[in-house]
Parts: sequence; C-alpha cells; structure tokens
Amino acid sequence: MTHDDPATLTEAERAILQRLMGIMIPADPDMALPSGADPLILEDFIRSLGRDAVPIRSILAQFRRNGFLDLPMAQAEDLAMVLLGETRAEVLALSRVVAAAYYRDDRVMLAHGREPRPPFPKGHAIVQGDWTLLDVVKQRNPIWRDDREA
Amino acid sequence: MSRYDMVDVLIIGAGASGAAAAWSLADTRMRILCLEQGDWVKSSELPANGRDWEARRYTDFDIHPNRRARPTDYPINEDNSVMKVANFNGVGGGTILWTAHFPRMHPSDFRVRSLDGVADDWPISYWDLEPFFEQNDRLVGVSGLPGDPGVPPRHPPMPPLPLGRTGTLYAKTMNGLGWHWWPSDSAIASTDYDGRAKCINLGHCTPGCAQGAKASADITYWPAALRAGVELRTHCRVREITLNAQGMANGAVYFDAEGREHFQPAEVVILACNGIGTPRLLLNSASGRFPKGLANSSGLVGRNLMLHPWPQIRGHVDDELDGDRGPMNVIWSKEFYETDRSRGFLRGYTMQFGRTTGLVNEAITSAAVGILPWGRDHHKTYRGLVNRRLIIGIACEDLPEEHNRVTLDPALKDSHGIPAPKIDYTISDNTARMMEHGIARATEVLEAAGARNIYTSRSLLNSPGHLLGTCRMGHDPERSVVNAWGRSHDVKNLFIVDGSIWVTSGGVNPTSTIQALALYIADQMKRRLGNLFDDD
Repeated sequence: MTHDDPATLTEAERAILQRLMGIMIPADPDMALPSGADPLILEDFIRSLGRDAVPIRSILAQFRRNGFLDLPMAQAEDLAMVLLGETRAEVLALSRVVAAAYYRDDRVMLAHGREPRPPFPKGHAIVQGDWTLLDVVKQRNPIWRDDREA
Repeated sequence: MSRYDMVDVLIIGAGASGAAAAWSLADTRMRILCLEQGDWVKSSELPANGRDWEARRYTDFDIHPNRRARPTDYPINEDNSVMKVANFNGVGGGTILWTAHFPRMHPSDFRVRSLDGVADDWPISYWDLEPFFEQNDRLVGVSGLPGDPGVPPRHPPMPPLPLGRTGTLYAKTMNGLGWHWWPSDSAIASTDYDGRAKCINLGHCTPGCAQGAKASADITYWPAALRAGVELRTHCRVREITLNAQGMANGAVYFDAEGREHFQPAEVVILACNGIGTPRLLLNSASGRFPKGLANSSGLVGRNLMLHPWPQIRGHVDDELDGDRGPMNVIWSKEFYETDRSRGFLRGYTMQFGRTTGLVNEAITSAAVGILPWGRDHHKTYRGLVNRRLIIGIACEDLPEEHNRVTLDPALKDSHGIPAPKIDYTISDNTARMMEHGIARATEVLEAAGARNIYTSRSLLNSPGHLLGTCRMGHDPERSVVNAWGRSHDVKNLFIVDGSIWVTSGGVNPTSTIQALALYIADQMKRRLGNLFDDD
C-alpha cells in the first residue's frame, strides 16, 4: 500500500474514524459487545475500505471541517447523527463498511448466538416446519388459467 | 488477427441458455464452440468460504455489474433507467449470482393478447415448452412439491426445501387470509443429486453456493456438454458477428484475455448473451447490409426491454425465525397471478416469501432505511431485528413497450474499446398499479403475521433487473427479430436462445423458462438439420 493509495488513511482520519465508530456503535457490557472503536474492529474496517475508500474519506473530511475531534462528546454525537442521517451514497458506503467490520467480529457473532466462522463448510440447520399447514391449500381447485380452455 | 478453424456451431455466451443449447446440440456430434467473456468461478473463491461473505455481496459478487466491475464485466449506462441491471459474466452467467427460485411461466403468459387484449401472444405455447420444462427440471435438479393448484402439473425430482420457522409463519398467515401458497420450486438440491451434494443451509444463496447444491449452469449443463465434446473458450469477448457476401453469418471477431483479436469462422451462430448483451452485440455488428444493426430490419433489436419491477416489503416480528440460516426461497403465492380486471390492472404477479440475510446485512439494510439507529439505541434495536425479518417480493409482469430499450452509448466503452450498452427504461402505469396492489397485499400479510417496521422498497439498487424482450420472437418479420424457433428473420444461420427473445415477461423469475426455451430451440434445430436455412 503506497502513501498515495486512497485506502491509506492519515492519522487525523484514523482519529476521526475511531471517534465516529465509537459513537455509531457504543460498547454494551451487558451483552459483551465491544464498541465500534475497538482496535480489532477499526483495523478490519480500514483493511476493508477498498473501493469505498474515496467516498468514506470524503465523509471523514466533512467531519474534520466541522471540528469533530475538538467537540465535546454531546456535540460530537449530535454532529454524527446529523451527518449519518443523510442518505447520500457516501454515508451509505460508510455505514456498509462499518456494519461489515463490526458484525463479523468474533465477539459480536458470539454475542448474537452465532459461531464465529464462515458459512462453508459446516452450514446451518433449520427445522422442516409444519407441512400439515399445506393440507387446506391442497383442497383448492386449480387457480391457473388453462389457455386451451379459453 | 488470427483465424481459427471453422466450427459448425458457434455459441456466444456460456450462461443459462448457452449451456442448455450446447448440451442439447452436442448429441448431433457437430463441432460446437462456445465463447465466453468471463471465466470459470471456482467454488473455493465463493464468498461463503470466508468471514467477509456478506460484504462481498457489495463488491466482487455484487449482482450489479457496474458496482462489481470485474475485468470480465462491461459497463452499462443506466442513468435513464429507474431499475438497475443484474447479471454475471462467467461460465454459468447469471446462475452464478441468483437465488435459484425456479418458477415456470404460466400458460396464460404466452397468450396475453388473446386472453387479456394486451401486448402480443407468443408464437409458441406453454404446452410446446412443457416437455422441455420437465427435461430441464431433471437436468438442473429442482426441489419442489407436485400438486400445486396455482400452476400446471409438474414433477420436481427432489422434495421441497424445508419450510423452517420462517415458512411456517408465512404459511399460517396465508391460511388465515385464505390465500394460496405453496413451497417454491428451487434449483437447489434438497437431497444428493446427480453428483451434487445436498443443501446444507449456507445462507443467502445469491453470491454463489460453495457446496454446489445450487444449480448454476457451470455445474449442471457444462460438465455434461464438455464431456460430450463441446469446446468452451473463456476470456473471449466478442466484438461483432460478421457476414459473408451472401448475407449469412460467417463467424465472430473477438478479443482474448491478452487483448489480441481473433476471427472464429462458423457455419451457424447462436447468441446467448441475454437481454442486454445480445442486442448490444447485434447493434455493434452493423454493416452496410444492416446499417441499423445485424438482423435488425424490423428496427426492434434492443426495443421492448423488460426488467421485472420487483418491490420488496419487509417487516420484523417478535419471535426468532430462520434468519439467514437457509436458502432465501421459502414459499410462493399465485393468488394474484392471473388477470382480474376488478383489481385495476391487467396481468398479475407472484408473491415470493423469503428468509433473510445475515448479521451484517441486517445492520446495513435496516440502517439504510432508518429502522436501525446508530448511537445509543443501536444494540437494543438490533436485538429486536436480527433473525426476525420477513420479506415478501412482488414479481410483477412487465409488459413490452418499445421506448424501453437498449442502445449503444455514444461515449462509454468496455475495456476492449467496444461500445457499451445504454438502457432507457420506465415503469408503465399498468405495472405501477400492479406494484401498488402487490405492496398492499404484502403489507396485509405482514400485518397479519404481527410484523412491525413494515417498509417497502419500490426500486431497490439490487432489485433483480431480469433482462428480457429486446429481440422478440414472432411470425411477422416486421414485428419481431427471430421466428418461432429462434432463427433470425434476416440472417438464416443466426439464432438467439436467451431471454431477449421473450415476447412478454410473465410474473416469475425467468431462468426456468429461458432454459426450457433454449432446449426447445435446440430441439427444433436438430429436427431441421437438413433444411435449417430454408425459408419459413
């Protein structure tokens, strides 16, 4: 990764991002859920920027212009909620990468009752469900139109 | 430019239709070659192998080619379209990235003019295709349950996928409303089948099936076609179809992986690039004989694009359901499929009831629509959402309109400098009324199921965008591009077997009918080998 790589964040951008992710997803000790600002999650986020780096850096620049790092926490939260409430593509990209990094973290998956692993090769189990519910449908006459009778 | 030896049949495109046609024609023992601009997708490369499997649905396994932007993709100008395109360029084509929902079109779909006074009848009927639907179901491996009063008789070779908790809730709710439902036909193996292992519920099936339970054409038709002697060349992007002095197609010019140009001569050319790729290639093959585009004396190449508007209605219930732990496909309803003029529109739709997505996508999609807040209430809200989502898709029939079309973009080009397609597409008033009817009925279902946060997405970025209708079939050369068995009216050795030849779209996912139609056309070709190029 070169210094000019759009996916390389500056120290200032990392600081904004860390504060922002902590506001977006606070820790929940009762559920053993880490904060979005957790170092492992933050690093996963930065590794995952990829094709979303440019729009996300534009959002971070907007936070920088608004003095985000210097604001008291309550005002920083207010600013974050205003900007994150917008439906611009840049905001959606930021939300997407934050959610992806956070909800695949081992601790987060375990807290939500999921094994921390990819779907393959173990897969999952689901119940068959109640097939007797179909009995009433089986008693219906055909409802498709037979064009040969038209 | 290098020149290869002549082949008997040149198929362009290795997706659902090209694979089926190649397999069927292989028993003629002709020399058959397929050119595919993409590559094989290894099962080990599919997202389900990794922890980032959900995120990859938004990058290299996005169904939207402009977002996916693989080297094997070509750009599409969709600026003047309310819907986006879904495709995949590779061996298996769109069946690599699909949910494998496998309904057939209904008999009435082929007779819309006769029955409902709209659009045009197809030149063939459901019953012409019926044996090929059955053949395709066996070859693909379909799971389903016979006896559905909503559709004509069919015989899925495997039992249906589990209803699960999600399907059971849907079923109870539909019974309470007195509306039809039935387990969906799925091209997903519910048992071990023809060398493929059964579904183990990896989750949402769209971004490829690492288990091989989902019947993508690369693991169904292609292995059999290759064993039968068909040649498949990947990373070959066709620039144009060429003509000889007699006005017959004589081959194709294509670029290989290194960007070198080649000419592949052929006795017969079959296009299988679907509703955007096929008209794009024909328009890019304009010549002095066909200045408006190859095989385009009707002026209809590229016109009548149908994309299947597909609103989705979502809600969350209190009890935990299957979440993403199972295929997306659960049940369908044909209650509102056939025309009932009292509803205020003609034709109809299938309701498709789905399981949902995983932890990541629950957060992404719920945050995007404002249901899941960021900040202090995030976790509390999320706990009430995850694994509790219901989702109903409304698969609306999209009637043909000539102003909905594919043209060549004057500036946009692919990585080989070939002009890219541009689509112009709007949703008709009839379809808009149909969508609103479906949204209202789906909302009733969700309310009856006890759902909250009911949200409708009318035009999702990742809505299916099936690609149909741009080289329609018909008897009249002035009103159609190909005849009743897929042969160009203008060029007697040029055939089309993909979704572009559809006259109307039906209200169902198209792949079952696309493949049955490809098998039908291949069968017609085999029956006429002695006089394949004669006048109709």
